[in-house]
Amino acid sequence: MRRSLELSRRRALTLGAGALAATMIGGAPAHAKNDSDELIKKFAGGKEPVKGKVKLDLPEIAENGNTVPMNVSVESPMTEQSHVTDLMIVADANPRGGVVTFRFSPLSGVAEANTRIRLAETQNVIALAKMNDGSVFMDTKLVKVTIGGCGG
Amino acid sequence: MTTRREFLQIAAAAAAIMPGGWSRSFAQQRLAQDDLLAFEPLGNVTLVHVTDIHGQLRPVFFREPSANLGVGESRAKPPHVTGKAFLDLYRIAPGSPAAYALTPEDFPALAKAYGRMGGLDRIATVVKAIRAERGDRVVLLDGGDTWQNSYTSLVSKGQDMVEAMKLLKPDAMVGHWEFTLGAERVKEIVEKLGFPFLGQNVRDNEWNEPAFEPMAMLERGSVRIAVIGQAFPYTPIANPRWMMPNWSFGIREEEVQANVDKARKDGAGLVVLLSHNGFDVDRKLASRLRGIDVILTAHTHDALPEAVRVGKTLLVASGSHGKFVSRLDLDVRDGEVRDYRYKLIPIFSDAIVSDAEMAAKINEIREPHGAMLAEEVGRTETLLYRRGNFNGTLDGVICDALLSERDAEIALSPGFRWGNSLLPGQAITREDVYNATAMTYPAAYRMTMTGARLKEILEDVADNLFNPDPYYQQGGDMVRVGGLAYTIEVGKPMGSRISQLRVLRTGQPLEAEKEYVVSGWASVNENTEGPPIWDVVFAHLAKEKVVAPREAEHVRVVGA
Repeated sequence: MRRSLELSRRRALTLGAGALAATMIGGAPAHAKNDSDELIKKFAGGKEPVKGKVKLDLPEIAENGNTVPMNVSVESPMTEQSHVTDLMIVADANPRGGVVTFRFSPLSGVAEANTRIRLAETQNVIALAKMNDGSVFMDTKLVKVTIGGCGG
Repeated sequence: MTTRREFLQIAAAAAAIMPGGWSRSFAQQRLAQDDLLAFEPLGNVTLVHVTDIHGQLRPVFFREPSANLGVGESRAKPPHVTGKAFLDLYRIAPGSPAAYALTPEDFPALAKAYGRMGGLDRIATVVKAIRAERGDRVVLLDGGDTWQNSYTSLVSKGQDMVEAMKLLKPDAMVGHWEFTLGAERVKEIVEKLGFPFLGQNVRDNEWNEPAFEPMAMLERGSVRIAVIGQAFPYTPIANPRWMMPNWSFGIREEEVQANVDKARKDGAGLVVLLSHNGFDVDRKLASRLRGIDVILTAHTHDALPEAVRVGKTLLVASGSHGKFVSRLDLDVRDGEVRDYRYKLIPIFSDAIVSDAEMAAKINEIREPHGAMLAEEVGRTETLLYRRGNFNGTLDGVICDALLSERDAEIALSPGFRWGNSLLPGQAITREDVYNATAMTYPAAYRMTMTGARLKEILEDVADNLFNPDPYYQQGGDMVRVGGLAYTIEVGKPMGSRISQLRVLRTGQPLEAEKEYVVSGWASVNENTEGPPIWDVVFAHLAKEKVVAPREAEHVRVVGA
């Protein structure tokens, strides 16, 4: 992990832990449409998220849905003139959509974060990055959470 | 002169001579070791590849699949071409040795004519012959699934295969079922192996540090050769994660590219990916990465008589159970493959002589267990086989054993690709049962499941097989079922392929809320209870004495 990220990452992890705790006590039935659409709409603030700039790195199939390694980065010079301010991760079939929100400033140096998330079942994970000019970019990845076995 | 032409010449000669009542000795006269090995050498590097031997030291019957459906980009492309279509595609004469080795067409009759295939002693003969001819140009690579799935490999914890393979002097290997020996045992073997056990995609899951060497750099025929190793990416999902709790796998496509780039920077003139990804994953990988010259594929047990080209990358598929040895001669100049010649050498055990050194090792390994393994425990009136996307007759016997011995309504048996075939009228030995079941988590559980849960399991496995994106395919064929009928629509999206589930015992539709007694084996969950599956099968055969399973009619496939 890059040192310049330490501050934001620590904060992010705290936020992440909160989100994870929330998912653990949430008991919504499987396949319930969660609040991810509303979260995305609110985050984007009226802008249409554009695919690109964000790179969400997750395994295609999770080895353990309870702790899925995730790396997310955003292409940005991270200067006063042009930088990422917020990076939100949502999961569209967890009991609650919100997973974690990372906040950045030009002092972050790079817009990249690395943590582990919990996925209750097979679903899309969506990463949205808000730039200082208000534009919003996104990436999405389907992660399968399978019963396992039968591999031969 | 191409290698395939030679292979076909033998095939044509054999077919011409034996239209009808052909005897086995007659067939063998047409199959001579020199013809099988004949190869016009080319270039300055020879790659020799063996893979998915699954603990088989001795020759076996192994019927290739009749159903091996491809989806998405892989639809109707090799290796998803079977039977008659395969013969047509590669212009192989029906009834020929190649037809017998590569397809299920007329399998029982051809098996009687051409005999068993494989045997590590025959493989040793072939490897030694290639080394004698090509000297220091040869690289021998083992694609993994070597140390498990026979009786002697189970009781020796892979030691038998380690010692036998050591005689072949491989230059590197990768793993999948190897990991089911448990992380500690794998580390113990790897320490003393004497050649690299590669795995660029295996990481310590706490610090994300490499668990194994990612690549080996070799020098052959004045070419620097980088061999990058790729373990089966979904080992901790398809097999028990608790057996390797500190290792994380995955395809790790970007890391493959990083290793390729590093290898080129370090002066590699040839970059080889020794892969246990499975063919479709490797095909996709080859289309997305730059700088890989050859992918030696494994895992999906495909045997293809020609290399498949994807961009600048050659994909080789070397079969399973010791049936084939791949030889790929390469002319490598200025960091580029200028030309190649390939032959999938069929190991006809009656035509290729046994290597004395390896034969002695095999005898030493088997001697303490030989009498027990040879004991007849039953007989089959029909062809028993496992390989294929859906239920095989061998699994039919296992499911029947689970239903009767564990008093269950529904049986589940994993869609493994390993296990030898048995011909109609053949005695079933203890060894045959172990060859279909020997593994380190064999407990035959008995539990209740709701109809909804059963459907979920079938959907889950179906997607692992038929997701149009190979990176989402987890491996294995479809889970085998006993006592339950269903329809599968291969082309439907995830979660909606399975329908018309019906309990065979009652003829009633499977009810989502109702609990059913289910027996199965090879659960990936820790502390699964039950007798080992082989004991269940032995008990069943002791009562039945003769089995005669028919082709499964309770699985209906739509949109194949």
